[in-house]
Amino acid sequence: MNKIFEIPLYAYDRSLDQDEETPVRHPVIIIGAGPIGLGAAIDLAQQDVPVVVLDDNDKVSFGSRAICFAKRPLEILDRLGCGAPMVDKGVEWDVGKVFFDTRQIYDFNLLPEDDHARPAFINLQQYYFEEYLVDRVRALQAEGKQIEIRGKNKVAAIGAHDDHVTLEIDTPEGPYNLEADWLIACDGAASPTRQMMGLDFVGRVFEDNFLIVDVIMEADFPTERWFWFDPPFNRGQSALLHKQPDNVWRIDFQLGWDIDRDEELKPENIDKRLRAMLGEDVKYELEWTSIYTFQCRRMEQFHKGRVIFAGDAAHQVSPFGARGANSGLQDTDNLIWKLKLILDGTAPESLLETYDVERIHGADENILNSTRSTDFITPKSEMSRILRNAVLDLAEAHEFARPLVNSGRLSVPCTYDGSPLNGPDCASMPDRLRPGSPAVDAPLDGGWLLNALGDRFQLLTIDTDAPATLDVDGIVVETLPVSSQGNGVLAARYLGGAKTGVYLIRPDQHITARWDTFDKAAVCTAVNTATGRG
Amino acid sequence: MTKLNTKPNIDGADDFYASLLDAHEGLSKSQSDALAARLTLILANHIGDRKILDQAIAAAKAAG
Repeated sequence: MNKIFEIPLYAYDRSLDQDEETPVRHPVIIIGAGPIGLGAAIDLAQQDVPVVVLDDNDKVSFGSRAICFAKRPLEILDRLGCGAPMVDKGVEWDVGKVFFDTRQIYDFNLLPEDDHARPAFINLQQYYFEEYLVDRVRALQAEGKQIEIRGKNKVAAIGAHDDHVTLEIDTPEGPYNLEADWLIACDGAASPTRQMMGLDFVGRVFEDNFLIVDVIMEADFPTERWFWFDPPFNRGQSALLHKQPDNVWRIDFQLGWDIDRDEELKPENIDKRLRAMLGEDVKYELEWTSIYTFQCRRMEQFHKGRVIFAGDAAHQVSPFGARGANSGLQDTDNLIWKLKLILDGTAPESLLETYDVERIHGADENILNSTRSTDFITPKSEMSRILRNAVLDLAEAHEFARPLVNSGRLSVPCTYDGSPLNGPDCASMPDRLRPGSPAVDAPLDGGWLLNALGDRFQLLTIDTDAPATLDVDGIVVETLPVSSQGNGVLAARYLGGAKTGVYLIRPDQHITARWDTFDKAAVCTAVNTATGRG
Repeated sequence: MTKLNTKPNIDGADDFYASLLDAHEGLSKSQSDALAARLTLILANHIGDRKILDQAIAAAKAAG
């Protein structure tokens, strides 16, 4: 047993709030100190919004759980000041192999584009991920930021009011009450907050079980994602092998629907499966085992009054494609700057509606992709199995069939096409950076463009001039002037057919409008549009 | 819009049909199902045009 599961990372510590006669009001309270709750808290603290995180536990989550983190979330973590330890510890990978029965039918390379600070993917156990987020919280506290994690604080009741939320909290020393202007629920797929508020969670349940076995072993498998359809060691089902740091390997066995969970989880039965897969003489130690079923579903709205939902609490997907934690971090990336403007009084509360619009768009994209992966991996009818196997049979000899093989469509960042916050586009510029897209990284002055972006509205000017700052009714836009001279990557990614470029970029690094020349009135209008003041 | 060609388009229609039957000759039902599925995918890829494929799927469904 890994000892990280045993040590309280945020042990219960009595808060002065517990001795107050009248409940103390906080601007923002977050429920859940998982990856999404901590990400939201760090974002708020960096923006000088005092924040309290409540968690019913006091340790990192048990087991490796989420292990695949994509480039966009790593870029968000860089903005949150904790991308480096994740990438340093994580295992980078870009090759995947697909097997059908006894044969390798093809391999693929994610072929990450050059000239980005961050890799396409890393694998990292969720407990490390959470530990490094807590380290960042501690660093912010040392800087004097008002950010607190209260362990063993279980929310027992929630009262939703027009302009605040009340919370009843149980602790080892008895209950106390708090109030919050805003509550963010990041309490996972089974969200007690959602249940206490009686809110819907609609979607599809998949009739399948997967056995996760994380083993510690010295193995010389390459650092690749291996996926089997119908292998001899798991007939009629699928399997996955993926490497994590510290010689921990993630092995997933699809089990089907009618299983005996207790039998399957017995170490002697897991041992049989592992030896059938890896060979009789394999030496390993079990780190974590779990059986999961999954759903693809989401809430109809991601906020109700002053209660906002993010991550798995708001939407749940199948694990194929690593779209759970990765999309949760994109939720809070989208949310926090909006909440900050609303708290500051510089944007109307209605700006929060666009959190729903943009992130429901993202959730629907993830649900669509992960549902399709699931339909391929677990064919629902005889005919869908025949077609699936036809694709797999063709894929070995015929390149055309390989894009049809779906063992998970890996998480890619969401572009907010059609968002009401988007402003003007410029047709001669590259499509990948159209309004709504996340800014794409590029080398800049020995560093990286994305490290110079975020946390405020910015005007990226390329080979053209604009004032150093613009104050648009209380929202300050900073200009980041750059040159494309000798920087072909920047020119290709940001200019395309345009000679010069002006990009208005949101605090979450998403492009919101772009032009080929600077026009003050147009920029002011776009800032108002992007902040719900249009 | 590109339109699905539903006019006669195969030279030697009888020969083609015989080849199709030959391909299934001696196969079990499940082998034949698999062959038909592979053939569908190969032909669909050759056509490529999603608008044509959608019309073909609709035409096939309507005729049954």
